[in-house]
Amino acid sequence: MSGSTAYGLCSAALVGLGLFGLIVHPEPLRKTLAFNVIGGGVFLLFGVVARRGAAAGFGGDPVPQALVITGLVVAFAATALTVGLLLRLFQEAGRANLRSDE
Amino acid sequence: MPNSATAGGFLLVLAIVLPVTGVLLSLVLGGRHAERVVLILMPAGLAVALAIAIEVWRSHNVLQYFVGNWDPPLGVAFRADGLSAAMLVATALLVCGIGLFARGQFTSPGQAERRAPLVFWTLLPAVWGALNAVFIGGDLFNLYVALELLTFAAVPLVSLDGRAETIAAALRYLLFALFGSILYLLAAVLFYGAYGTLDIVLLSGRIRAEPVAWAAISLMTAGLLAKAALYPFHLWLPPAHAGAPAPASAILSGLVVKAPFFLVIRLWFDIMPRMPEPAAAQVLGILGGAAILFGSIVALRQARLKLLIAYSTVAQIGYLFLMLPLALTPEIGHPWSTFAWTGGILQAISHAFAKAAMFMAAGLIAEGIGHDRITDLAGIGRALPMTVFAFALGGVSLMGLPPSGGFIAKAMLLTAAVAEGQWWWAVIVLIGGLLAGGYVFLVLARALADPIEPLRLLTTIPPSRQAVVLVLALCAVVLGIVPLRPSELLQIGRPDIAVAGFR
Repeated sequence: MSGSTAYGLCSAALVGLGLFGLIVHPEPLRKTLAFNVIGGGVFLLFGVVARRGAAAGFGGDPVPQALVITGLVVAFAATALTVGLLLRLFQEAGRANLRSDE
Repeated sequence: MPNSATAGGFLLVLAIVLPVTGVLLSLVLGGRHAERVVLILMPAGLAVALAIAIEVWRSHNVLQYFVGNWDPPLGVAFRADGLSAAMLVATALLVCGIGLFARGQFTSPGQAERRAPLVFWTLLPAVWGALNAVFIGGDLFNLYVALELLTFAAVPLVSLDGRAETIAAALRYLLFALFGSILYLLAAVLFYGAYGTLDIVLLSGRIRAEPVAWAAISLMTAGLLAKAALYPFHLWLPPAHAGAPAPASAILSGLVVKAPFFLVIRLWFDIMPRMPEPAAAQVLGILGGAAILFGSIVALRQARLKLLIAYSTVAQIGYLFLMLPLALTPEIGHPWSTFAWTGGILQAISHAFAKAAMFMAAGLIAEGIGHDRITDLAGIGRALPMTVFAFALGGVSLMGLPPSGGFIAKAMLLTAAVAEGQWWWAVIVLIGGLLAGGYVFLVLARALADPIEPLRLLTTIPPSRQAVVLVLALCAVVLGIVPLRPSELLQIGRPDIAVAGFR
């Protein structure tokens, strides 16, 4: 098994774990963490793709690496916004779940 | 398609840079100036959108710009075809209308900075810039960033008033949207890994019918459906759209949900035109049909006007996806396929105007009488005739009555369904129209009834705000009177579909 296959399987496992967490946990904070686990898997897949695209004397294709950096920034912003909304919900309603409305 | 940047390409940059500059200026200058910044920005942005449309129309070709002069696959391209141009102009018109309307609600005259107006006037250009970036993006990863910007700008609009239930609605919206984004990003990696590019034009030349392509397309479509609130991913939409202040609801329901739909069109018609998959398109059509039936029936049972309008959005989004089984026939390029495609796009644009008008009309009614309970609307037709008329005009377009834009859109879908022998979609379109007639009539019958005791408005609603709503509703109607020239514009830059049906 080559290195990139092993990393590819790891990324699939991370995405699967994250999806599992997303589906079974109703709490928004846990869902946010699950998104980050899936995100980790996806970013790892970017790394695998970069490694497989290695050519012209480079150790890897630089484009996916550039994409990962942007993706990390977006994921960080998304997490910050979710946590911010969640904190505000807790201040206003004294709860941090979405169950009891409507 | 030309391989270099076209003459008018700088207009595409302006379409993104102008709104973003507005956001930054608002942040720097602070609350009292944010409104003024947007008011200056609105005519400028509208002019840029019109200039792009005129340039596309005049040159009969795709406008193109390569950022930093780097060609794809390494560089990022902005492209505007006829469809982009139409969406840019519709967005600019709606943002201007919504901005003028919101002046009455989010003014900050000389007082200290308040949170809701500042956030609204900062996020309105943010939504605008993100929408423009979606409409002219030529690179799937760039489109991912644009979609995320749109989500981050749209989510706080839901919870502008800061009540706990609107914060919960915003949070639920954000969780659905993030789920959609992560699937989209995963699909983008698969595309890049398999074909070495994320540029839409290059990708459409390299893609082949193989498992990795199907996996990527399925993931990306599912992600976009979650963001577009297609049944069964609609759960977040009604509380979010109904809980937001009226101008924010108008943006969210009229424009924001159209961006992921636009990308579904890009994916299914521009990236994979040579590999139609009728069975998959039928599945999306079934979801659309379910959305129409479910959304309309639930709308009929609502007690509050804004929730009724929000569920009607769930139903109207269903119509958009009916175009997929009708336009993705095995013999693509067939005149009926073009007919269905055009019908779907016209539905997206006419619904944007009609729904924005209806949400803002509902907002004015709620300001006037202090609530939006449908059973207690009696007399409002006499107190706010212009507003109720605008609501009714929007309803006419939703029902698909002539001469509205909704009529032309639904008639095109219906004709294509019958001509292609897919009669079951025709039945759904007709039932959906009847149900829409039902829920619009339900509201109008109450609004036009004589009250037991004379209705007194809590505040006077300035006629100028009512006029803005009426103009937007009229736009939805006018779309049905001048449909053919815009539909010719829509065909510019289509990769495969023949325009035989129109020439």
